[in-house]
Amino acid sequence: MSSIGTGYDLSVTTFSPDGRVFQIEYANKAIDNSGTIVGIKCKDGVVLGVEKLIPSKMLLEGSNRRIHAVHKHAGMAVAGLAADGRQIVGRARSEASQYLSFYGEDIPIKELCDRVAHYVHLCTLYWWLRPFGSAAILGGYDRDGPQLYMIEPSGVAYRYFGAAVGKGRQAAKTAIEKLKLSEMTCREGIIAVAKIIYEVHDEAKDKAFELELSWVCDESNKQHQRVPADLLEEAKVAAKAAKDALDEDEGMDAD
Amino acid sequence: MGSVVRCDRYPYVTGSSVLGIKYKDGILLASDTAGCYGSTVRYKSVERLKRIGDNTILGASGEISDFQAITNLLDELITEDWMWDDGNKLGPFEIHNYLNRVMYNRRNKFDPLWNSLVLGGIKKGKKYLGMVSMIGVHFQDNHVATGFGNHLARPIFRDEWKEDMTLEEGVKLLEKCLLVLFYRDRSAINKFQMANVTEGGITITEPFALKVNWELEAFRNPTKGAEGSW
Repeated sequence: MSSIGTGYDLSVTTFSPDGRVFQIEYANKAIDNSGTIVGIKCKDGVVLGVEKLIPSKMLLEGSNRRIHAVHKHAGMAVAGLAADGRQIVGRARSEASQYLSFYGEDIPIKELCDRVAHYVHLCTLYWWLRPFGSAAILGGYDRDGPQLYMIEPSGVAYRYFGAAVGKGRQAAKTAIEKLKLSEMTCREGIIAVAKIIYEVHDEAKDKAFELELSWVCDESNKQHQRVPADLLEEAKVAAKAAKDALDEDEGMDAD
Repeated sequence: MGSVVRCDRYPYVTGSSVLGIKYKDGILLASDTAGCYGSTVRYKSVERLKRIGDNTILGASGEISDFQAITNLLDELITEDWMWDDGNKLGPFEIHNYLNRVMYNRRNKFDPLWNSLVLGGIKKGKKYLGMVSMIGVHFQDNHVATGFGNHLARPIFRDEWKEDMTLEEGVKLLEKCLLVLFYRDRSAINKFQMANVTEGGITITEPFALKVNWELEAFRNPTKGAEGSW
């Protein structure tokens, strides 16, 4: 749905005649071009996954992390401009830290989401700031159980059972809808997320990618952490097998 | 810049000695659980030993509120370190250095954190035991003590501490010194805690009491040999 916003798209403080702020829509385009990120809320926790596209073979494996811990009990996966994403994570971290030092309690995930969304929205109100070119999927575990939120460049944030942004979001969302999340544990969720990411990865357009998975669940002691290496391997193997089976079914060549 | 205020503050609620020794598998720290308000033993369940991260324990004597502020600072430090998730964790030496900078800088502003801190830990097999005072003096040793412990416990350590003691030997040595402190330090109570850090993790005991014997010969005529006492 691209339209030319000539004249009305130069500043984030300008509305178009049909009530759109084009700069924010353009910010969303930055995210649409980045690798897919997926988040799902299972019955005992949240799983976050990132399709980290690797532009060059020179990059060290495991570098340029896209999933960040925001506090012990929460983590964020970012899509879009990496540097913008880092800013959002940095802000989330200081909000969480300040809340803890002020109230003596870990920040509730909803509160954290509100604060980050406010900050992101702030940058859409002034002509001398530009909107963030990243979206963040926030997963955490507090007194009210595991929760999943997504914050978009417009400053809008909703709570989700399953969320996806990036290149393969349409396919990812369809795949998530097929999952029975309320019956799934995080162990099963990891495999599901890995399968989705492998599925939506476009071999033709993008070369290599690295899968980043994290979870915060009962098994991880309600702490956000990278999925343990053995489970990650298991997930990758299962995802690869599923993708190969899919390719065979469709009669596509593996390369 | 505001006016320079001389704030040599006074401690209000204080903890007494902390003892620390290295032993074969790690470090042992011990202290009592008293918080004194001047000469009144006002609080009897003050935990003066705290765990920092997975591999370090901290004991403090002196102003309890300053100790609480220090543990808050360290908790923030540990959380930030944890969030890096880069396969490396702050070890006891790094934390000791951080504390040293904090204490020294406060001292330079004439606004000290009124504590003597004992820090013990083990990282990658290397044991570490050190001390930081409220003016930023710091050192490492095989056995340390704060406050009265320096006068009463360290002579015992110097005689009886040896390299590679077992856990039982270490506990026995500390219990002996804790008992001496209870007999002779007026701000000590018969309720102690011990903290143990090894490669396997940190344990802090529940408060325990030691068996006291006031019938000892030394207590029978306490002023014998002290001219002019009553």
